[in-house]
Amino acid sequence: MTEFLEMGGYAKYVWSSFGLTLGVLVANIVVAKQQFRSVLVRLAQRRTNRQGSSDR
Amino acid sequence: MWTWFHKLGSPPHLYRLAEKLAPWLLWVSVAVITIGTYGGLVMAPPDYQQGDGFRIIYVHAPSAWMSMSIYAVMATGSAIGLIWRMKLAFAVAAASAPIGASFTFLALVTGAIWGQPMWGTWWVWDARLTSELILLFIYFGYMALRATFNEVQKADRASAVLAIVGVVNLPIIHYSVVWWNTLHQASTVTKLDNPSISMDMLWPLLFMIMGFNLFYLAVLATRLRSEVLKREHHARWIDKVLNGLLPESKISA
Repeated sequence: MTEFLEMGGYAKYVWSSFGLTLGVLVANIVVAKQQFRSVLVRLAQRRTNRQGSSDR
Repeated sequence: MWTWFHKLGSPPHLYRLAEKLAPWLLWVSVAVITIGTYGGLVMAPPDYQQGDGFRIIYVHAPSAWMSMSIYAVMATGSAIGLIWRMKLAFAVAAASAPIGASFTFLALVTGAIWGQPMWGTWWVWDARLTSELILLFIYFGYMALRATFNEVQKADRASAVLAIVGVVNLPIIHYSVVWWNTLHQASTVTKLDNPSISMDMLWPLLFMIMGFNLFYLAVLATRLRSEVLKREHHARWIDKVLNGLLPESKISA
């Protein structure tokens, strides 16, 4: 196991590459979902504003 | 076949399709990437020259591959949008840009991390590295240009021109290792008749490339939903989406 983690002396290079990749992939999902949610909220607000003004 | 194609041009249909496919694409891509990572880190033998350091290829090469193929999708979507006035093609292009930029960033940084032990330097102004860096700047330029417009339709048209012009960079990246034989090694995999890599090293790489492609589609599906909503905010069917997904209490929160 230690041998595997040491990566033949290349540990810091191999693990930082894989770690960074994982980070970028997760960030892609998180940012895309956040953006979707904010677009939904914006549209919903716009709709309630529109309804509010038509009531008057 | 044609009805299927026409349905793709219908915003609510594409929206629903993306909604249904996104979770499947994501979980299949996670599974394929996990298998590829296990194969690359555990099962593949160390390289005879680079030892275990070569394993960076399993994240570097697929990222570099995606950086270019996503750009190709973006430019194709932009061209279709301009020529046939298909707003959903623009939506695909706009949704792809940030994903492509993130893979370009990943290709550059993992390349630098790989370069340090193998070449003795993080960065050189080698043709491959420089053209890939330019690709990142084109992605940034595309997104920055879009951000300057308030109207989605204007952003679509202007950024599409940029995306199409930027296509010239793709063959430069691809052939850079052939045209200028500098530091970056030549391709190992794309010589299909005779790939210079052994099977037990190759299959995890193919899994990673396939997994990254599926992952792109998963993120694209989610981003595409946002882009469709932005373009269709006045449409009736959006009211249904909002009613179904967001009860009033959640909206105000």
